[in-house]
Amino acid sequence: MSMCTLEKRGDLFLLTLTGDDEHRFHPDTTASVLSLLEQAKSQSTRGSVLITTAHGKFFSNGFDLAWAQSAGSQTGAVNRMHQMVESFKPVVAALFDLPMPTIAALNGHAAASGLMFALSHDYVFMRNDRGVLYMSEVDLGLPLPDYFAAMFAAKIGTSIARRELLLSGKKIGGEEAVGLGIVDSAAHDSAEGVVEATVSLGESLAGKKWNGEVYASIRKSLYPGVCAMLGLTAKIAASP
Amino acid sequence: MCTLEKRGQLFLLKLAGDGEHRLNPTLLDSITSAITQIRSDPSSSQSVLITTSDGKFFSNGYDLALADSDPSLRVVMDSKLRSLVADLISLPMPTIAAVTGHASAAGFVLAMSHDYVLMRRDRGFLYMSELDIELVIPPWFAAMIRMKIGSPAARRDVMLTAEKVTAERGLEMGIVDSSYGSAAETVEGAVKLGEELVRRGVDGHVYGGMREALLKQVLHTIGSNESVSNRMRNSGSKL
Repeated sequence: MSMCTLEKRGDLFLLTLTGDDEHRFHPDTTASVLSLLEQAKSQSTRGSVLITTAHGKFFSNGFDLAWAQSAGSQTGAVNRMHQMVESFKPVVAALFDLPMPTIAALNGHAAASGLMFALSHDYVFMRNDRGVLYMSEVDLGLPLPDYFAAMFAAKIGTSIARRELLLSGKKIGGEEAVGLGIVDSAAHDSAEGVVEATVSLGESLAGKKWNGEVYASIRKSLYPGVCAMLGLTAKIAASP
Repeated sequence: MCTLEKRGQLFLLKLAGDGEHRLNPTLLDSITSAITQIRSDPSSSQSVLITTSDGKFFSNGYDLALADSDPSLRVVMDSKLRSLVADLISLPMPTIAAVTGHASAAGFVLAMSHDYVLMRRDRGFLYMSELDIELVIPPWFAAMIRMKIGSPAARRDVMLTAEKVTAERGLEMGIVDSSYGSAAETVEGAVKLGEELVRRGVDGHVYGGMREALLKQVLHTIGSNESVSNRMRNSGSKL
């Protein structure tokens, strides 16, 4: 059973986490997603755009904690958690490095690393009627990996929004997420509506026919702190 | 190239003539020399600088045609603008950009290097054009944008969609402080604001020092090249 697919629709690459499950980031899922991102990168041309979405009730519910627990010992569980945190980093790096605009179309809930995955995109759209954003770490008693914290600091602009998301254990719905500046839009009442809206944005960005390498370079210079942590460097050149 | 006028305690620096006021070495030297003149004025620490321009453009950025004809000039223009911006950041007086025309790329950065940005709303836009013309954005430009534009989404819109930011959008994004119906009204607004700032009677040296502290990250990214640190040492700014 495949965990994710990559489809091409004109200029748009559509990455979908398939199946009705929680799309948790087990090392195998992470490896599949990374492989598809590498594929998109290798096939990219001027005007390429990536849209990421998922099937079912969840965009992604985070790391596979059950797999960590099934290690049979405290040490084993900690090692598996560490493995998932480390193997997820290249996925985030691949998104920051991708030579094309990226859009996350949230069909449902995005929690913990699932939310990180969403926020690693340039644009995030979610549903109005269903699906919440949830940083579960504070409720689960898990510390936040350093690159997660750097991402939130870079992408979420107000200290109130960061507190609500990271320290309050709040489940944040579409309208509130837009108000806090965490997502770009929550205007649609269905998964199809969100995807359609992202396709529309994608097509207008594709129409600019931007040079993907330049785009990626500018993106990295927009987030230097996160990129330093991910081991990514922006291309440096005197500009004129 | 640029003219300098004194009106009471206000210094009016104007990028003169109807052209695009491209930041070539000559114009950059002209502006820098005007700033030096301002600094050496005995009443400078009780003054205000207003920077504006003639015509359709505030500044359309670096002189790319010149850089194409002589690539060594890329570094020269970048170095001179860094020096000028560091100079503006340490200037012992409030600074106002009266944006009466388009400000693109390096021209946008020049406008943002002022404490207040006033803009006409009937035409003109602020535009980080690099993405559209296939140039990368220098890290120090990005540092200025991060300092001056508070919302991550707005920064992304400016840098990563190359949005042509009107005065109205600029107000929303917090890049523009106030907007006006015409070029003349924008300058008038800048003069009024300048006069109000003069009336407050702030000590320019303290003001300049505070601005440097506030924009420390930007100064750090601009980097210390010799001409920059010499200028700052000679500026008399007391930190």
